[in-house]
Amino acid sequence: MADNNVLVRVKNLKKFFPIKQGVIFNRQTIQVKAVNDVSFEIKQGETLSLVGESGCGKSTTGRAVLQLHKPTSGQVLYEDQDLTTLSEGELRALRPKIQMIFQDSIASLNPRHSVRKIIGEPLVIHNVGTAKTIHNRVVELMELVGLNPKWMKRFPHEFSGGQRQRINIARALALNPSFVVCDEPISALDVSIQAQVVNLLKDLQQQLGLTYLFIAHDLSMVQYLSDRVAVMYLGKVMELADKRTLFSDPLHPYTQSLMSAVPLPQPKLERKRKRIILQGEVPSPSNAPSGCVFHTRCPLAIDRCTTDVPEYRQIHLGHSVACHLVDDQQSSIIPTRLNSK
Amino acid sequence: MILQVKDLITRFYSVDGVVYALNGVNFALNAGETLAVVGESGSGKSVTMMSLLGLIPQPPGKIEGGQAFLFENDKPQDLLKLSERQVRRVRGGQIGFIFQDPISSLNPTMTIGKQIAESMIEHLSLSQSDARKRTVDLLKEVGIADADRRFDSYPHEFSGGMRQRVMIAIAVACQPRIVIADEPTTALDVTVQAQIIELIQRLQKQLGIAVIWITHDLAVVASMADRVLVMYGGTVVEDALVEDLFDNPQHPYTIGLLKAIPGATGLGEERLESIEGSPPDLLRELTSCPFAPRCQFVFDQCWAKLPPLISVTKHHRAACFYDVENEIPRKEVEHG
Repeated sequence: MADNNVLVRVKNLKKFFPIKQGVIFNRQTIQVKAVNDVSFEIKQGETLSLVGESGCGKSTTGRAVLQLHKPTSGQVLYEDQDLTTLSEGELRALRPKIQMIFQDSIASLNPRHSVRKIIGEPLVIHNVGTAKTIHNRVVELMELVGLNPKWMKRFPHEFSGGQRQRINIARALALNPSFVVCDEPISALDVSIQAQVVNLLKDLQQQLGLTYLFIAHDLSMVQYLSDRVAVMYLGKVMELADKRTLFSDPLHPYTQSLMSAVPLPQPKLERKRKRIILQGEVPSPSNAPSGCVFHTRCPLAIDRCTTDVPEYRQIHLGHSVACHLVDDQQSSIIPTRLNSK
Repeated sequence: MILQVKDLITRFYSVDGVVYALNGVNFALNAGETLAVVGESGSGKSVTMMSLLGLIPQPPGKIEGGQAFLFENDKPQDLLKLSERQVRRVRGGQIGFIFQDPISSLNPTMTIGKQIAESMIEHLSLSQSDARKRTVDLLKEVGIADADRRFDSYPHEFSGGMRQRVMIAIAVACQPRIVIADEPTTALDVTVQAQIIELIQRLQKQLGIAVIWITHDLAVVASMADRVLVMYGGTVVEDALVEDLFDNPQHPYTIGLLKAIPGATGLGEERLESIEGSPPDLLRELTSCPFAPRCQFVFDQCWAKLPPLISVTKHHRAACFYDVENEIPRKEVEHG
C-alpha cells in the first residue's frame, strides 16, 4: 500500500563500520553498528526529528539516507525510487532534490571562495542557467535567507556563525530541493542566534514546501520545530511518535529519562521536579549490549531484556516503541512505574 | 559576602587592535550560594573568572582596572594585587575550578590519582600516603567505582563524564570556599549533564561551597542557580535572584533572551522571538550601552553613556536607562 503523502521511506537501514586491526594481516575484528535496522517514513512537507545522545547514530542515519555513507543494507525510497540501488550518475541527477545542511558552518564552507561562488556553485555544477541568471539567483537566495546581497563578494570568515549558517542554508536551497537533511544546524550557535535560524528554517519550510529530516540533541528546540520525533539509542530507534504524544506521554523508559534529564527554563517548576537520573553513560557501539541495547542503564530492566531484542512495533496509530515492558493493551503502565521511583 | 568584584576592566592587545573584553564588571558572591553567569560567546563570562584567578596570559591580555576582594575572616584581600606565588595559593586552594573541556585540562601523561593528590600535597601539606588515602575517598565521593584501582588510571581511560568527575574531585580536593565551574556540562550529553549537576549540588551542600556556574544555557540556570548575572558585551547587564529573573526580567537583552528559548513560557507552540542583529564588536571601545544597536526600546540617553547597574528592587539590578514595564526612563540611583 503506497501512501502518496510519504516522500521518504527508510526500511531496515543498516550502516556498519568495520574496524581493522593489525598491520600485516589487517583483519577485520569488530563492526561498529552505527545504524542497526532503522525504519521510518517522512511525509511530504513535515519535519521528522532524530534525537539522541552522541554516538546514537543519528548523524550516520542522516548521511546514509542521502547516500553520503553507502548503507550496509536496507532501502531508502525517495518518491518510490530506491536510492541505495542508484548509480553515481543517477544519484547526482537526483541530488538537486535532496540536500543537506551541516552542523559546522565554517568547516562546510570553502574559505577561499566568495559567498557568491559558494551559493552559486550548485547551479554551476548542475548547469542551470547563464552567468547572469546565476547571479540573479544568488541575489534572490541571499535575500531569501536574510543576507544582504551586497555581501556576496565577501568570504566566509567575514561572517558571524549565524550568518554562515544562513549561507549554508542558501546553498542547500539553490537548486529548489524538496527534501533537506539538517544535521544539528543550530547547536554551534548562541541562543539568540539559534532562534533566528530556527525561525528562518520554519519560514522557508512554509514558503517552499520543504520536507526536513532534522537531527538534533536539543530536545527543547526539537519540540518547537518538529511534527514527529524519533528517539535513537545505540543505532536503533527506541520510540517514534508525533511531537505532542512523545512529549506528553513517552512510553519508552529511555525517552522518559531523556525528557526528565532536560532542564526546563522555569525555576519554580525545576525546584519541584523529580528527575530520573540514568546511571552510567552510553556503551560503546562497537560492543553494544545483547538483547535490548538500553538494558544496561534501564531502571526497569527485567531478565528478558538482557537476552531478547524487543520488537519495534506500533502501539497506537503513529506511535511505535521498542520495549518489552510496554504492554500493547495497557500502554500507560510504564510511565506510572518509572515516575513513582 | 566572600567575593566582591568592582569595575573590572580587562583588555587584549591583539594584532587587529584592542579587544575590549571586560568594560567594568561588578558583582558580589555570598557564602554557600550558587551564582550563575549567563551570556553568549564573547560576553566576557570566562574572561572575568580568568582575570580573578590570574589566568589571563599577559601579554596580550592586560587587567587595566578594578578590584577583586576575597574576604577571609572579614579581611579583604585584593586578588588582582597578589604576586604569582600568592595567587597560586588561592588558585586550587581557596578557589577551585572546573573547566568545560576535561580532556585538555587534565595532564595526559599523569595518572588521575596523582593529579588529584598533587594539589593536596601542595596546598594542605599532606604526606604522600595521606594524600592517596584522601584521593581514593574523594574518587568514591564523586562516583567513580573501583576507586582504589582507578587511582592509577590515565585520563584517556575515562569517558567524558568520568573525566568531568575527576575534574570535580580536583576542584574540591583542598576544601575551597569557592568553586568556579566554566560550562562544566556543555560538552556532555543531557543524561550525563543531569548526573554532573546533581553531583556538584550534593558536594556544594556537603562542603558548604559557593559555586559560580558559567553557562549559556538558561534552562540549566533555572534548574540550579540561586542568583543570576546576565552578561553582555563585557558588562553585567542584570543581577537578580533566579525567580525574579525569569518572572520579571528588567533588561531588554534578558527579556529577549527568555523569549528566544523554547519552553520558557509553555508548550513551545508559539513562534520564537529572536533578537535581531549580532553581538557587539569588541574591537570598539564601549562608550554607550552595548545592547543599544539591537534594542527596541533605545532612546538618546542610551547612546550618551554606558548605563550603570541601577537598583530595581533590593536584590535586583539592571544596567538599563529604560523601565520596560512602566514604559518610562528609569531613575538612576546607583547601587554600591
